[in-house]
Amino acid sequence: MSDLLAARSQMAMSLAFHIIFAVVGIGMPVLMVVAERRWLRSRDPLDLELARRWSRGTAILFAVGAVSGTVLSFELGLLWPRFMLLAGPLIGLPFSLEGFAFFTEAIFLGVYLYGWNRISPGAHLLAGILVAVSGAVSGIFVVIANAWMNTPTGFELVNGEITSIDPIKAMMNPAAFQQTLHMTLAAYAATGFAVAGIHAALLLREPMNAFHRRALAIALMVGAPAAILQPLSGDISARNVARYQPAKLAAMEALFETRRAAPLLIGGWPDVENRRVRFGLEIPAGLSLLAFHDPEAEVKGLDQVAREDWPNVPVVHLAFQIMVGLGSVLALVGLWSGWTLFRRREIASHPWLLRAIALSAPMGFIAIEAGWTVTEVGRQPWVISGVLRTSEAVTPMPGLVYTFLGFTLLYLFLGVVVVWMLYSQIIRSPREQGWHRIYTPTPRPAVPGKP
Amino acid sequence: MPSLSALGLPDILAGVVVIALTAYVLLGGADFGGGVWDLLARGPRQERQRGLISHAIAPVWEANHVWLILVIVLLFTCFPAAFSRLTITLHIPLSLLLVGIVLRGSAFIFRSYAPDDSTGQRRWGRVFATASLLTPILLGVSLGAIATGKVEPPTGKGFVTDFVAPWATPFTASVGLFTLTLFAFIAAVYLTVEAKESDLKEDFRLRALVAGALVFVAALVTLVLAWRESPLVWRGLTASAYAGPVHLLTGIAAIAAFWGLWSRRYRVARVATAAQVIGILWGWALAQYPYLVPPELTINDAAAPAITLRLTSIALAVGAVVLLPSLAYLFRVFKSQ
Repeated sequence: MSDLLAARSQMAMSLAFHIIFAVVGIGMPVLMVVAERRWLRSRDPLDLELARRWSRGTAILFAVGAVSGTVLSFELGLLWPRFMLLAGPLIGLPFSLEGFAFFTEAIFLGVYLYGWNRISPGAHLLAGILVAVSGAVSGIFVVIANAWMNTPTGFELVNGEITSIDPIKAMMNPAAFQQTLHMTLAAYAATGFAVAGIHAALLLREPMNAFHRRALAIALMVGAPAAILQPLSGDISARNVARYQPAKLAAMEALFETRRAAPLLIGGWPDVENRRVRFGLEIPAGLSLLAFHDPEAEVKGLDQVAREDWPNVPVVHLAFQIMVGLGSVLALVGLWSGWTLFRRREIASHPWLLRAIALSAPMGFIAIEAGWTVTEVGRQPWVISGVLRTSEAVTPMPGLVYTFLGFTLLYLFLGVVVVWMLYSQIIRSPREQGWHRIYTPTPRPAVPGKP
Repeated sequence: MPSLSALGLPDILAGVVVIALTAYVLLGGADFGGGVWDLLARGPRQERQRGLISHAIAPVWEANHVWLILVIVLLFTCFPAAFSRLTITLHIPLSLLLVGIVLRGSAFIFRSYAPDDSTGQRRWGRVFATASLLTPILLGVSLGAIATGKVEPPTGKGFVTDFVAPWATPFTASVGLFTLTLFAFIAAVYLTVEAKESDLKEDFRLRALVAGALVFVAALVTLVLAWRESPLVWRGLTASAYAGPVHLLTGIAAIAAFWGLWSRRYRVARVATAAQVIGILWGWALAQYPYLVPPELTINDAAAPAITLRLTSIALAVGAVVLLPSLAYLFRVFKSQ
């Protein structure tokens, strides 16, 4: 394995690991705050139990997210020192702002987790809200920095050197809005459906369990609207990519030749050698319509890009298909849930819907990993699109395959432990006998102890 | 000593980096030190010692950890040339440092949420404590490597020359041990204040006195090795105009810390320890001035364009308005008795 490939693999593995925790760190506090708000109003101990369990989940996942995020902030330099040398002054600003948002998140998570008995209920709820807000804000700043790598602005390129920099313009780069919108919605959809899916699966075994019913309702309330809105955000993203990153769009759609009324490709395997697609289903003029809202519009193909500047077309195309496919399933299940709720006023007694929700539990996360594959692999061979090649950015340090293997083993181990912790801490049904059937709550004013 | 009127924006931001590093040592360092005392917990009160340490760390360690992220972000934003050089040459100790940070943080949270008195809880406790012992050494080794002035662009003369020799020296090892003893000392002093029962206070008083003595020994060894290996820092520490006053203040603070511990005036000891740590870090920073990464990369050489520095200063000012009251609130909720 070459050092460049090892560095890319280590970065990809670190990001793929961290993104799961980062996403849950954005979505989970919302669930926890909604449950706590319900508890403050209803004084129903079941709501409190949910708030406490979700706060435990947030605590475990936030801690692993914080340390794996630290690894990434170092890896930017450990693996790509030449990239940071050029990009640091331009994208340091969103990273600095992210630093403060992350600070706020860590501070108020400490207050929230350990402050149940120390501050007033209102202050406690507010601390939870601050965790949720600062989590979303810090995600937005990081994605802005990534968007700059895709559509770099705010500098002049003179003989390969970056001059006349303007970090504000860099933050306002063309991809910033669409990427942050798409990612933030994805975080809520993925977390909401993961939690809803777990409780739906448990409801299939125990349909009357009041605890899982309440958990399912709250999780869907967060996940379903985000999943339903996501295709609209995807449309904004697609049009933006078509305009500012034509090579990426061409790879996503495996469009080898520039053409008017370009078809939308569903499935298919790109045969890069012969520049054609095998076994695909083509919808006439579909791509032109989606990318430019005009069935006759010209879409640039890979023929406009020098062969050595092509990304890996099969990987990008496949990842894009996975993302869109799973995202569409989530949106449909979200609509189905909403419709059922509207018609029948409850969801938990519909085994087929429960099965669909249970199946969709991992889909949001798989879609997110696939989406990042599209973004990152689709930008190759560049680390800063059109400015700096990934191969020029890598560290001269040899033997990177060992650090790659080391961190991979470490993260595999942590992943297994986290799954086990989540199962034993927050997923397993509570022992409270009354909650195993439909029940009428007895309001309990007691203040809980240590989480 | 830099004259105050001649300080430019790069100097001020380098100062902010040192302030953030100081906060990390004073707060995050104490959390690592707590882990060391968890590992060394002995005697009939060992479980109560561990409980006190965990209780002291739990609500604040994540916030304390963010100071390190701030150091890194400020370095790559404002001094990208320094960040790039450090991450190339110190790839190995920094990667190991990261493994320590990951294991310390995850093991601590896994222990907190494992069932009480389970084998799992004890195992994670061991991982947490061991990682807390190794991580400060690696941090010290990396900082020590900067001070020796051997962090230079790779020469191509071989793997060991370029990527091992700059940080694998007796001096960096002694800075690593110095950092470890210092973190343990800070933690023990804080714990004398945070313990409620007098027997626990006595336990950590004794530990603080021993660790304080070890800090002194490690400092002496480091100083002697600096004379041989780190001429720049040695000159700065001994010969420059400000060296005398800074050392005098650090020395007074160290004596006050000992006196506070000896006479059981723990709050005095805590303030004096913090002053001593500030003296040590700023003594080093001033000794290195104007070099960010000696022997030749100065603060001005490494600085990003002025517009980045200006915008970062504004971001820091706005951020401080959010951060400082939040931090004050966090410590008021959990650390006021």
